[in-house]
Amino acid sequence: MAEENKVSLHGFFASPYVRRVDLALKFKGIPYEYVEEDLKNKSSLLLKYNPVHKKVPVLVHNGKPIVESLVILEYIDETWKNGPRFLPEDPYKRAQIRFWASFVHQQVFENMVLILKTDGEAQEKTVKEVSEKLSLLEEGIKSIFPEGIPIINQENVGLLDILIVSTFGSYKAQEEVLGLKLIDPEKTSPLLFSRLKALLELHVVKGALPPHEKVVGALKFMRQNALNSASV
Amino acid sequence: MAEEVLVFGTWSSPYGRRVEMALKLKGIEYKYIEEDLTNKSPSLLKYNPVHKKIPVLVHNGKPVAESLVILEYIDETWKNHPIFPKDPYERANARFWAKFIDEKCLPAIRKACWGEDQKEREKAAEELSKLLQFLENELEGKRYFGGGTIGLLDIAANMIGYWLGVFEEASGASELLTREKFPKLFNWANEFVSVSAIKESLPPRDKHVAFMRKRFGMVNTSK
Repeated sequence: MAEENKVSLHGFFASPYVRRVDLALKFKGIPYEYVEEDLKNKSSLLLKYNPVHKKVPVLVHNGKPIVESLVILEYIDETWKNGPRFLPEDPYKRAQIRFWASFVHQQVFENMVLILKTDGEAQEKTVKEVSEKLSLLEEGIKSIFPEGIPIINQENVGLLDILIVSTFGSYKAQEEVLGLKLIDPEKTSPLLFSRLKALLELHVVKGALPPHEKVVGALKFMRQNALNSASV
Repeated sequence: MAEEVLVFGTWSSPYGRRVEMALKLKGIEYKYIEEDLTNKSPSLLKYNPVHKKIPVLVHNGKPVAESLVILEYIDETWKNHPIFPKDPYERANARFWAKFIDEKCLPAIRKACWGEDQKEREKAAEELSKLLQFLENELEGKRYFGGGTIGLLDIAANMIGYWLGVFEEASGASELLTREKFPKLFNWANEFVSVSAIKESLPPRDKHVAFMRKRFGMVNTSK
């Protein structure tokens, strides 16, 4: 019965997309094997499991691959019903959470990546955009929890919490590399920031986030690469 | 208990039509509101303040936006004629391919039909061919993406099942989805548009071709 519920995760330590899956598995207490991929030299296994996108993360469950971080998170929630439920039962609340998850994924995070990869005017423009998106997200969080957000613990972590930690958890490293604050606790994001701080206190999160210096190194490398290839 | 279902859309958008297809399949009555996107209604702005886009489904006053989110909401709320499999792995598969269609196929289709120049269009057509091959393989041994009956992925693939043909005709693009290159997908498209709930949700073809031709031009003259 050793093959039953065999779970492995193919990832890259600095990838926030991988982080999402890593956190989900840890929150649910699912044992898994982690396989670090060298993205400049992808394993034949990765290419077999994700022939369409050739990317990480890939979750492999009993030999069957699942890809795309948000798809993986819902798969985990639907397959392992123990531990925190990442999505609530009510269809309308589920729709709201899916909407905001997609918003954080596409509107916020992908723009944050652009900020890392650009400078000058292009970067300034994107920083403004992210600030606007974060204001919208703040309103969104209020609309999901009209009676106030329940206090977080390891039993009630949700899909948005996982996205918040994976996107903003390394905010200090991001600030150090960029020389600017992306998430403003006073003006645009008081709720988001207080939620983030509470999540960062959780035991599982502390164990899952890579050390500050490692993240700084990875972000600096990505930024340098992008700026070098952009200049003629 | 009176149930009110509103759908905000535009007549030519595949995204809005996805919502109508799902509601019609389940036999849900709804009121359709046509939006003029150059002059958005106060209702649309109220119901989708974040993106200000269609489609929006409003169920008993509560709005849901983003077509794929709406499809899942519809399936979870009205449990007759399910459009989503029960097995988590198959659900993950359907979600994956739906995203693939939206994020990869749609941009390639637009570029293949209306790219800036011939070179860009040819490059996009090549890319689209590779993408369609993945979907062709998905149909192995299946009548629809959903298996024996229409499912969420079939609805999400409406752009390929119908809109692609209209775009080809309007732009004069050489046949991107042919029986020779993609027999299963070609067959699927014909079956898809024959399902009554789908057929009733399609824009009128001649009007649609003329509209797209006027809007974007007939840029592909060689065949």
